[in-house]
Formats: sequence, structure tokens, C-alpha cells
Amino acid sequence: MARKTIKVDHLARVEGEGALKIVIREGAVESAELKIFEAPRFFEALLRGRNCHEAPDITARICGICPVAYQMSAAHAIENALGVTVSGPLRDLRRLLYCGEWIASHSLHIYFLHAPDFLGYDGAIEMARDHPDSVRRGLALKKAGNEIMSLLGGREIHPINVRVGGFYRTPRRRELEPLAEQLKWARDAALETVRWVAGFDFPECERDYVFVALRHEDEYPLNEGRIVSSEGLDITPARCEEYFEEVQVERSSALHAQLGGTRAYLVGPLARYSLDFDRLSPLARTAAREAGLGEVCRNPYRSIVVRAVEVLFACDEALRLIEGYVEPDRPAVAVEPRAGIGYGATEAPRGLLYHRYRTDADGTIAEARIVPPTSQNQASIEEDLIHFIPAWIDLPEEALRHRCEQTVRNHDPCISCATHFLRLEVDRA
Amino acid sequence: MRKPRRPKLAVWKFASCDGCQLSLLDCEDQLLAVAGAVEIAYFLEATRAVVEGPYDLSLVEGSVSTPEHVERIRKIRRLSRFLVTIGACATAGGIQALRNFADVNEYLSVVYARPEYIRTLAASTAIADHVPVDFELRGCPIDKRQLLEVISAFLIGRGPATPAHSVCVECKIAGRVCVMVAHGTPCLGPVTHAGCGALCPGYDRGCYGCFGPMETPATASLAHQLRALGMDGRALHRLYRTFNANAQAFREEGERHGS
Repeated sequence: MARKTIKVDHLARVEGEGALKIVIREGAVESAELKIFEAPRFFEALLRGRNCHEAPDITARICGICPVAYQMSAAHAIENALGVTVSGPLRDLRRLLYCGEWIASHSLHIYFLHAPDFLGYDGAIEMARDHPDSVRRGLALKKAGNEIMSLLGGREIHPINVRVGGFYRTPRRRELEPLAEQLKWARDAALETVRWVAGFDFPECERDYVFVALRHEDEYPLNEGRIVSSEGLDITPARCEEYFEEVQVERSSALHAQLGGTRAYLVGPLARYSLDFDRLSPLARTAAREAGLGEVCRNPYRSIVVRAVEVLFACDEALRLIEGYVEPDRPAVAVEPRAGIGYGATEAPRGLLYHRYRTDADGTIAEARIVPPTSQNQASIEEDLIHFIPAWIDLPEEALRHRCEQTVRNHDPCISCATHFLRLEVDRA
Repeated sequence: MRKPRRPKLAVWKFASCDGCQLSLLDCEDQLLAVAGAVEIAYFLEATRAVVEGPYDLSLVEGSVSTPEHVERIRKIRRLSRFLVTIGACATAGGIQALRNFADVNEYLSVVYARPEYIRTLAASTAIADHVPVDFELRGCPIDKRQLLEVISAFLIGRGPATPAHSVCVECKIAGRVCVMVAHGTPCLGPVTHAGCGALCPGYDRGCYGCFGPMETPATASLAHQLRALGMDGRALHRLYRTFNANAQAFREEGERHGS
């Protein structure tokens, strides 16, 4: 049989740079490799010798799309090392800030990175010619999330107001009022978004994923919880490294995380939704049912619907937090340096983000470890390709290439986080 | 009459967090107007569609930090009528330039079990260290209003109106109380390039220099003042050596203080 190679020099609409290589032989996918060649930036090395108070600002620079996630995991891990707990209104404000990032990041993915795949456009700007109202709604929804980050964090990208122990300045109640007005509109727009994306055509593709997410006793997880899996794992973040292992493969500047050192697992919206459905707000649960989602979603192409449900939840939750906000006495709890080890795991828009720090007696960081969501999902993304591509092998090349890209984009990979850009080579022999 | 050709805009990424190019997508109210005024010819974060060069305006995010980057930036320069760097990575090497003061092989071994799989340069450097640059927009991240100003200016054919004074001046214009004078909070505002609108002092925090040094900054006088506020040499060293560590004025001042 003639050998055939399809190449895409750059996979677009993902954050960062990587490549995709698929080898097809005798009608079956022999191998699928997601190559990540984002230039390494060595955060875990450069954090050593910095003061622990710098960790939230420095690690934010790992990712411009989810800086709040890095700030939150870093702050929680350092506080854990220093023996400090942030509670009450300061905890609520952190949760509110995180809702802002979820709304902005998910809206970007739904409208700009993912929807064009379903509707057959190269990007959202091209899509706007035929669907101007939808794209405008997406932009306004994204803006509503960004407004939360601007107000609470000072700016949308790399907010400046987060610190170990809380914030530099906390808002007055009246400052949050205009935000609430905008969020009421955003909640309606999020509901329309759920209905809009639920009407897309989805291939019938399910996989028996091992889901991993945080689970909290009464909240849909953002900042805190135990790490649980669909196979019954239930541990504190401190025990994460006993169960999950990062391995390095030659094709990638990102490390692959595996469960028990051998098995792929999935973090992110599908995992959170499937493990924490009962913790969603009633409005979000109802919208999910109306959109035809069960309580567990194993079809990665439907992740766009799950993300929309999470945007709806985040708007709802942000409004609840604003309504219940009591101005705190001080913007941050006092923290004293000490020698210790601290662990932090929070739910970035793309899934579980784990940090560990060891501090010296004067608060200097002696060691840092960061496991971003995309490095955890890499192995599952490759398995998706191996499972789903055989059904489409007879498609024309351009359609097949597009389907491969879409299969990767289902998981909103953030390659800047994982350390970059996708080139697709399909090798058919 | 034939419509005039729209200028071609390209957005390129080197070692970075994607935040500065995201700033363009964060212009929610202006994005569709920008997309109408220019032809978005290369912007992978936004679209699969790629139009071949040459390009009228290239926005470059990220620092040069791998052997491939050195070749790639030369090619991009050849294809670009105007080349504007966006952000601290492209303009000064970024936070990843901290490796320039360390042993990169030691860094590799800390992060990777198999360092031999990774290709990297010993130093992370600014785009202007490799090719001529028409304008450098500061910030970690850049300010999106300034980005719109720069795009508009280059398309119209004038210089961008981005003030070259310090964050300290922006803070005075905003009528804020000085965090250093009133609260004794260390602040890099007097030596840092304007552009953020003096954000940090507005949040009761000292500036941490993410827009890099202004022209001819009085870094030594400020260091003297910060020592008087009780800051030790190590803290001063770190303060100057963060997101713009490899910008000359901050690099030199950082070297004067204990590590």
C-alpha cells in the first residue's frame, strides 16, 4: 500500500506550540504522539532562592490564560507550608476571582477555539461574518469574567492583588455592585450558550476515562478539596506524588503525568463535572439536563457543553458570593516565615493544578514542584486519537486532519503551561 | 472603485506565557473592528487560516531561548515591514532570563530527568538582541489600550503615543497617595516605565517593575531609599531581578546588591 503523509505545520487555536504525529497502518492507528516543543522556561528551577511571597506573582507568568489558577495553587501551597489558613470573606473573594478566570477562559475556548470546529470555520473572526450575534455574546461573556479579574485583581492577565495570606486591598461592597449587574446579564448569556452549543453535532464517541478532580464537602471545587478519582481514589493533596508520577518522553518538553506511573487519566471539565455533578448549582444542573448531558459525560466532543455549564455555574456562584460578601477587617492574614513543606491543589479551568514548595526558616523557597493540567492530560489526548481516528480513516485528508485537531482541542490543551504548538504528520502506510 | 488592500497583521510567539497575544483577544469591544481594519494573516491562537507573508505589521511575543528561535526571528524580520515586540519577554528576556545568571545545565537537571532531550540556549534574550526592532511595547503583560494605540499608530503611519515617563508620574497624575512616603512600602514606581496606569499603588501595593526600566532611571538612588526603609541587599537584588531581570538598568542595579 502506498505510504502517505499528511502534515500540518502548526495546530492553531491552542495555547502554545506543539506537533501531532499519527501513524496509520492497515486501517488502524499504530501510534499517536502529541509532541510539545514549547521552549522550556524552568520555573521550578528559578523559584529556588526566591522568597515564598513571590511564588504567586512568579508562577502566574507560566500561563497568561490561567494566571489566577497559578496564583491560587501557589498561595495555598505556601500557606500550607507556613501553617496559615485563609477563611471567611478572604476565601470567598479568592473563589470569586477564580470564577472570573473560569468565565473568561472557558468563554475564550467555547467561542474562539472550539465552536469554529463544529460550525466549520478557521476561527471566530471568520465565524463572526455568519454568526455575528453569537460571537458578540461570546466576547461580552468573556468580558464579564475579565471584569471580575480587573476589579478584584487589578488586571485580567497576571493580576497584581493576590498575596500569600489574602489580598493587598479588598473591595468595598459598593464596588462589587456594578459587577453583579453585569453578571446577571452574563448568567442569562451563559444559559443561552449552553443551549447554543447543545445544538451542535457531536460524534458518538465515548471513552472509559479515569477521571481525577478535586471534591469538596459542599462546593463545586475551585480552591480546595480532596483529590478523588472515578476509581475510588480519595486523598489529600499532600499525598498526590505517591499516586501520580511524571515521566519524561523524548518528543516533549512537558512531562507526562500518569496514575501509578503507567496509566493515563483525565482532569478538567469532563472530570470535574462527572465527579462533582451533585455540587453544581441547581440552575447549572437543570441546564445540563436540558442540554442532554447525563450526570457523567464521557464524550470529549461534548466538553464544549460541559464548559458552558461550568460558565453558567461560575456566573451563578459569583453572584452568590457577591450577595453574601461582608467586608473583611483586614485584607490579608498575618504570615510568619518558617521551614516547612506545603501542598496546594486547585481546579484551573483545564483541570487539577498541583504545587509543592519546601521553604527555609527565613521563607526562602528551597524546592518547587508544579504539575499543570495539560501535562496530566497529554496521555489521554493521545489515547483519544488512537481510539477515535480509525472510524474516520477514509475521510478526505483535509477533513481527517481537521478532525484530529478537533480531537486535541476538545481538551483545551494549554501547551504554554505544559511547557507549545502542534504539527500534524499523518503517516499512512 | 477598488477597495484598498487591508494591511496584513501577524502575531508570533517565542518563549512566553501567551498572555501578551491574549491581550489582543481581550480587547472585547474593539476586536471585530480591528479584524475589519486589518487582515489577520497569521495569528495561530485565534485562527487556523494562514496567509503568506510579507506582513505589514508583526507583533512578536516571547524571548529568544532556543537555537530554532534564533533562525526563526531572522526569517520573521525579513518578512515584516514593521516589527513590534510586545511584552517583557520579547523586550527584555522575561522571567525566564533568570537562567542567564545561573548554570542552565543545572536548571535542566532540576526540571528534567533526561536533560539531553531538551534543546535550549544558555541565555534568554530580547528580540532586539537578534534583529532590528521598530518599537518595543513594555509590560508583563502589556496593557491592551497601549496595544491598540500601537496597532493604530503603525497602520496610520505615525509614532505610537506611549508615555516614556515613570510609573511614579502616572501615580501622581492619578492623584494617589504615595505608598512609599505614606506607608513605607518599597516601590519601584520611580524607576519603572509607565504604561500600567500605576496599578499596584492603587491596590495599596508597591510597584514591582513589570514594565521594566524607564529611560535613564535613578536605580541607585532608589536602592539607597529602599535600604533606608529597611530592605536588605538580598531583597533589593530580587526586586530588581524579576520580570525584567535582563534589562540593562535593572540587571546592573541587581548586581550591586547581595544575592
